[in-house]
Amino acid sequence: MLTISRELHDQIVAHARADHPDEACGVVAGPEGADRPERFIPMLNAARSPTFYEFDSMDLLRLYREMDDRDEVPVVIYHSHTATEAYPSRTDITYASEPEAHYVLVSTRESATTEFRSYRIVDGVVTEEPVEVVQSYLFGHTRTETVYEQ
Amino acid sequence: MAIEVRIPTILRTYTGGAKTVDGAGDTLEGLFVDLDGKHPGLRDRLIKDGALHRFVNVYVNDEDVRFTGALETTLNDGDSVTILPAVAGG
Repeated sequence: MLTISRELHDQIVAHARADHPDEACGVVAGPEGADRPERFIPMLNAARSPTFYEFDSMDLLRLYREMDDRDEVPVVIYHSHTATEAYPSRTDITYASEPEAHYVLVSTRESATTEFRSYRIVDGVVTEEPVEVVQSYLFGHTRTETVYEQ
Repeated sequence: MAIEVRIPTILRTYTGGAKTVDGAGDTLEGLFVDLDGKHPGLRDRLIKDGALHRFVNVYVNDEDVRFTGALETTLNDGDSVTILPAVAGG
C-alpha cells in the first residue's frame, strides 16, 4: 500500500495538469527504509512528449547525489498518461528499475477527474496496490495536547 | 589503480548489497571486465551487443560517458564511476 499525504498527492496532480498534454514526471523522496514519501521533486520531462517521459541524464545524476547526501531514496516515482488510463505501459515496465519504489501513474485524459494509481514493478511484473491519502503522517502516533490559558 | 563505483539498488544483488565497490581499469570497458570478475553477471546488465545498455546511465565523475567515448572512456586513478538506471517510460 502507498500511504501519501494529501499535500503531496495534490502536488503530483497539479504537476500532471500543468504539463498536460505532455507527460509530467518526478519523484517523492523519503528517508531510507521508512517507506514514507516526504520531499516533492518535480522533474523536467526531457522528452517533452505526450507519449514518453525521461529524466535528463544530468538531472538524474544530481537527483541521486542529493538523495544520497540526505540518506533518501525515491519512495515514489510518478508520471502522467495524458490520453490513456493510469496503468503502466509496456515501455514503463521495461524501464522500471527501482524495485522498492511506488510507481504512481496519473491520468489527465479526463479534464474533470484525475486518476491516481500506484504500482510495484519488479522484474517486469506489475502489481497494483491501494493508495491511502492521509492528512498527516503523524495521525495515530502523537497525542495532541491543547492548553487553554485563562 | 582504484576506481570507486557506485552501484544502483537494482544491481546490488550482484555486489552482496554493497552500494559502492572498487574496481580497476584503464577504460570503462576494462573496468566492467574487472568488476565482472568479482561480481559475476554485472557486466551483462550494463552492456548489450557490445554497447552500453540504453536503460543504463554511466557517469565518470560528473560526465555522462555517452559524451566522452562510451565504453572507451579512459579512466584515471581516483576517478569515481556512477551507474544509474534511466528513469523513463511511456
